[in-house]
Amino acid sequence: MTDATIPAVRFRAVSRHFGETRAVDAVDLEIRAGEFFAMLGPSGSGKTTCLRLIAGFEQPSAGSIEIFGEHAEGVPPYRRSVNTVFQDYALFPHMTVGENVAYGLMVKGVGKAERTARARDMLALVKLAGFEARKPAQLSGGQRQRVALARALINHPKVLLLDEPLGALDLKLREQMQVELKSLQRSLGITFVFVTHDQGEALSMADRVAVFNAGKIAQIGAPEDIYERPQTRFVADFVGGSNVIEPDAAIRLGLPAGLYSLRPEKIVLGAGGLTGKVESLQYQGAHRRYVVAIGPDRLGVVTPASGPAFPVGATVALAIPDGAAHRMEGGA
Amino acid sequence: MRNRPPFGVTIAAIAGLLFLHLPLAFIFLYAFTTEEKSYQFPPPGFTLQWFGVAWNRPDIWAALGLSVRVAAMATGIALILGTLAAAAVARHRFFGREAISLLITLPIALPGIVTGIALRAALNLADIPFSFWTIVIGHATFCIVVVYNNAVARLRRTQGSLIEASMDLGADGFQTFRHVVLPQLGTALFAGGMLAFALSFDEVIVTTFTAGQQQTLPIWMFSELIRPRQRPVTNVVAVMVIAVTLIPILAAYYLTRDAETVGGEGK
Ligand SMILES: Nc1ncnc2c1ncn2[C@@H]1O[C@H](COP(=O)(O)OP(=O)(O)OP(=O)(O)O)[C@@H](O)[C@H]1O
Ligand SMILES: [Mg+2]
Repeated sequence: MTDATIPAVRFRAVSRHFGETRAVDAVDLEIRAGEFFAMLGPSGSGKTTCLRLIAGFEQPSAGSIEIFGEHAEGVPPYRRSVNTVFQDYALFPHMTVGENVAYGLMVKGVGKAERTARARDMLALVKLAGFEARKPAQLSGGQRQRVALARALINHPKVLLLDEPLGALDLKLREQMQVELKSLQRSLGITFVFVTHDQGEALSMADRVAVFNAGKIAQIGAPEDIYERPQTRFVADFVGGSNVIEPDAAIRLGLPAGLYSLRPEKIVLGAGGLTGKVESLQYQGAHRRYVVAIGPDRLGVVTPASGPAFPVGATVALAIPDGAAHRMEGGA
Repeated sequence: MRNRPPFGVTIAAIAGLLFLHLPLAFIFLYAFTTEEKSYQFPPPGFTLQWFGVAWNRPDIWAALGLSVRVAAMATGIALILGTLAAAAVARHRFFGREAISLLITLPIALPGIVTGIALRAALNLADIPFSFWTIVIGHATFCIVVVYNNAVARLRRTQGSLIEASMDLGADGFQTFRHVVLPQLGTALFAGGMLAFALSFDEVIVTTFTAGQQQTLPIWMFSELIRPRQRPVTNVVAVMVIAVTLIPILAAYYLTRDAETVGGEGK
């Protein structure tokens, strides 16, 4: 269908400034055809603006955008083979669910019989068979979300943009939709660009993740890369859970001077050259989560619950195995 | 539990309502009086004859016909221009947007007499003779405002993302307007149109300056008051005018009210 070597979306030094605000600032980006790509970042970091640039609702202040090798400049949203699932769903309140889903076909002039049939198939795909005649106001949040998904997919877009599509759903529904979205993406083979500020969601669903910070991409890579080998303090902090070790602490812990991130589950407890004191202990089913004080420094440590337990206040030996600490940019 | 208003406030409210509506009651009352020269109280007797007399007066029919045609035309023009102006102002951000918005709404704030004089001067300067169309133009100035205000308010409440969703799904600007914006606007336009019609139907001041010798219904009534002849006939016509203008205003009120509650439920 599409040449796998041509990226689905390519940004070349793309900026979008609103007056003084640099919503997107000289971003280079390649989203591969057929991948599940997540944009992760705190509020205001430019994720939505990036999506809107791809959809054509915003024009870059500088730089160029290609969609499947074609320059997007001057192409209006309705001529891009890109569809969007909006954060607030944006279902047309005066139309039925069936009409909402068939809208993309209707404006293309597809006949009534065919578009009703295809809308019905789409609704079945998102597990809403039989909901054609309802109005959006008569649906639950999760159902509206599926209608928005069906409506965006009916045009067979090459790229589907999803702006925090699960943000409004409760936890259980969100987890269920994560699984369904992922399998839908796999079976359709469409490139998904998924915006979220939930790192767990991004890491568990995406093939690759771009971490945004203040209009720039702080790091881009597979979820393991982002998780295990954050390149900057920002990524380590935002993706969460890692110990960030400052250069002076690194020396005290026996590492070469530098800024490090250290996953808590990589630290060995109960043996080694370092000595610390257990400050807190949380039992979390499969794991135990400790905070251990080593002189002035504190490390989070996670051990399997099957291993030995150390009570709060106990003195423990611990070790940072070679290569466990990941050196980050900055710090010297 | 709702607090009971103090006694004094209740009295004041009743007095206010009486003050507003008692004159209307007198109009009704004297439509049925048997005395045709003066308004004496209480009326010496009651009769339905004036309704028959009014029915058979060709000048009333002519004035009514002109008023209805003017109101319909002014409303039609207002619906088209008001909607377009509202769409432009609500959707696009451009230099001078607020100024344009103010300019459009100004005619309703301007005293009718100013609008009237201005139009008359303009017509004189351009050497345009008075006609049906000169009245229509005069009325359109304030009818547009009513439609525009209703449409702008509704457009501001319509989520911008609906328009984007439509474009995203492949609809061009025209299709988006037709399938998404217009249905959203529907009741607002209906309400605005009704109000515009009612306003135009009983307009006197601007009309006096732009009508020349033509008589719309309100102008006809005004001339009847000055030159009394079969006085109760005027009251009969007044009752009809009240009915004709009240119905659309009530309809507009209920329609927009419903739309608001539905919109509130939406999210
Ligand atoms: N139309 C606009 N006019 C002015 N500033 C804007 C506009 N759109 C976005 N911005 C600004 O650009 C920055 C990035 O906004 P954006 O919506 O892309 O953030 P985001 O990463 O999607 O955040 P969130 O997670 O809160 O949705 C913000 O500072 C925002 O205020
Ligand atoms: Mg956003």
